[in-house]
Amino acid sequence: MATTTLSPRRVRFKDAHIEMAHGAGGTASRRLVEGLIVPLLGGLDAGGRTLDDAALVAVNGQNIAITTDSFVVRPLRFPGGSIGELAVNGTVNDLAVSGAKAVALVATFVIEAGLPTSVLEGEVAAMADAAARAGVTIVGGDTKVVEHGKADGLYITTTGIGSPMQNATLHARRVRTGDRVIVSGPIGDHGITILLARGDLDLEADLRSDTRSVLPFVEALVAAAGPGVRWMRDPTRGGVATSLNELARDTGLCVDISEESVPVNDAVRGACELLGLDPLHIANEGQVIAIVASDAAESAVQAMRAVPGGEHATIVGVIREQPAAAVMATTRYGATRIIDMLVGDPLPRIC
Amino acid sequence: MKFVDEFREPEVIRRTAAEIRALADPTRVYRLMEVCGGHTHAIYRFGLKDLLPPNIELIHGPGCPVCVLPMGRIDDGLAMTEQGEVTLTAFGDMMRVPGTKGSPLQRKAQGMDVRIVYSPMDALKLAIGNPHKHVIFFAIGFETTAPSTAFTLLRARSLGVGNFSVFCNHVTIIPAIRAILDSPDMRLDGFIGPGHVSTVIGCRPYEWIAKDEHKPIVVSGFEPLDILQAIVMVLQQLRRGEARVENQYRRVVPWDGNIPALRAMAEVFELRPFFEWRGMGFISQSALRLRGEFAQWDAERRFDAPGIRVTDPKAAQCGEVLKGVLTPAQCKLFGNECTPERPVGALMVSSEGSCAAYFNYEHRKLAAAAAGSRAAL
Amino acid sequence: MCLAIPGKVVEVFADDPPSATVEVAGVRRRVELGLLGENGAAIGDWVLIHVGFAMSKISEADAVEQMRMLAALGEDEAAIEEIRGYGSAGQ
Repeated sequence: MATTTLSPRRVRFKDAHIEMAHGAGGTASRRLVEGLIVPLLGGLDAGGRTLDDAALVAVNGQNIAITTDSFVVRPLRFPGGSIGELAVNGTVNDLAVSGAKAVALVATFVIEAGLPTSVLEGEVAAMADAAARAGVTIVGGDTKVVEHGKADGLYITTTGIGSPMQNATLHARRVRTGDRVIVSGPIGDHGITILLARGDLDLEADLRSDTRSVLPFVEALVAAAGPGVRWMRDPTRGGVATSLNELARDTGLCVDISEESVPVNDAVRGACELLGLDPLHIANEGQVIAIVASDAAESAVQAMRAVPGGEHATIVGVIREQPAAAVMATTRYGATRIIDMLVGDPLPRIC
Repeated sequence: MKFVDEFREPEVIRRTAAEIRALADPTRVYRLMEVCGGHTHAIYRFGLKDLLPPNIELIHGPGCPVCVLPMGRIDDGLAMTEQGEVTLTAFGDMMRVPGTKGSPLQRKAQGMDVRIVYSPMDALKLAIGNPHKHVIFFAIGFETTAPSTAFTLLRARSLGVGNFSVFCNHVTIIPAIRAILDSPDMRLDGFIGPGHVSTVIGCRPYEWIAKDEHKPIVVSGFEPLDILQAIVMVLQQLRRGEARVENQYRRVVPWDGNIPALRAMAEVFELRPFFEWRGMGFISQSALRLRGEFAQWDAERRFDAPGIRVTDPKAAQCGEVLKGVLTPAQCKLFGNECTPERPVGALMVSSEGSCAAYFNYEHRKLAAAAAGSRAAL
Repeated sequence: MCLAIPGKVVEVFADDPPSATVEVAGVRRRVELGLLGENGAAIGDWVLIHVGFAMSKISEADAVEQMRMLAALGEDEAAIEEIRGYGSAGQ
């Protein structure tokens, strides 16, 4: 979940109905959050104490990071994982990229009547397993059952609390020109896996979701680069393009990506070419984007590569002044194009 | 990826771009139209405009089947889906195109059974697997896609599938090019010809452009090197004062076209006397419909459709942009009332529409640069 | 209308109508061969895929020739070698 930071421009939400696009993580989602939800909740603490993917709350003088996320996925099980794992890892990751180590989660299950018990069992077991691997405890939760035909089988929401890491101060404000953009590994695996798993497109590939806790990446980054780590994000729905656009917007700077250096697995590339999709817009569930000071970038990458799963961590870009508040991709031949957020979910095309 | 990566090779691209700069006469402006929306998309995706000298203008043509589909036809397709247990299937490109009562995706959110398919055969399979529902396939596309629809209908007939029909909105490319050349505001020096349409129709159908209109046309592939090489070939012709049809995309396009595909089309389709193209008005003999023998698979004959002609708001200048008379930025609504998030015209909805491509790639770059230079002052 | 991708035929089904499994960078899909005419396609052939149909067979010879023409604009042995390598490596 992204709780937004400073947003000087007043966004107004004027749609008469909520539509699918509002949940896709792109521009429509942002308008919903910034234009309707945040204003009604009294705005955010503009003193800059809010974190992007988690909020910081002081309890008896101690800062606690808190975040929440809901998980809606079809099919519930897919190569590489299931909704249960996403629910644990997703919240652990939101805390991790906010510089906090998750301590405990609570989980809400909205279950569609008629769901086979074995399915629910499988998901709860998956959550227990993922929680153990992530070093976090699930301490409570709630269940509700809704009528058949709602809830796509099962919706899970997790809320997590964590303790902020001492040597991590992450905020878009700290990003400077010359800082490097680092990606932890190949992008697009999760989103394409889901697309193929739905079966509508009749495509087959050896692909798995990359769902996992990214805390090891974050810890390695922070240990290697300390205050050189300016900002991090886990690029979920909307992909790398969306996260970087949020950064560009929040900083007013330019995020310049070298297209050919972004790691993409062959099968993701093949599926994207076939369907007319851009890997930069596809969801990930086990990756980190980090902005790191130029003098610490190399050692940050080396540290991440030593973490299992981070072998393909790499510098993919640099922060510049111009063009302001934009994400730009430089092609291999030096040509540039702006990479925007999508409006809604990426759709396959034939034209 | 073989047959893709080679044609994206940076060093060869740089060299070809240099050749273009060497061939282009600095004292003249070249206006080249790339007809096909796929070329528009590729040009922006690979940033090819940055590699061209400023005196070569690439003008986007009307080869975007989603862009030229009148809103009324979307209303018709959706209206058909309301008549009984009907499932509407369509390519992803169609999903966000607004009709007067919402786009297919919006209607899906309201409970209509609308599904994305990658192939018309998938729609037929869906019908076969769901005998209690009627499946309509919303067919769009130029001659590239029409043979696949034709083949699917032949299959439906041979299997005797009773719960499948096609809502046919296929259009043909030659009348569109004629309409461009007939337009008095249009000055063009040459064409980058549609590569994939030509795998079906071949290169002969373009001969009148060279012979009668005296303009070079080079049928081009879609990788950066294809497009750049096609531009080299057009410039070479212009330099020599020639006007010929050439095939840059030889590895894929047969000069005589794809005979089995053309045969399937001829068996299943006939030309409509006229058809409305959004932004361009009625063009005769420019679209396909199912022949009488296929009536039971023709959604227009099986279902009622309002058939209402919906005109675009007067301020929307889709037609002029489609014909290349105006650039997207010159349309009064561009970037304000009409954005990819809130599209007024189809050129902004389709990812290969000139306005969407321009907005996403060029406009933001220029606006950001302008904002940046203002800030720097 | 324009999104068509080269893929390699890895399996052929000789039923009526004929179809094949085609692979693009490791992604596989069943593709109709009915528009290719009597000669169809064989395992190892490269075809252009559009909306689940093979539209045309891709000519390696023409691809090599194209790269050669482009190289004539300058020296680019590397690109030519790469294409030549496909033929011998039986990729």
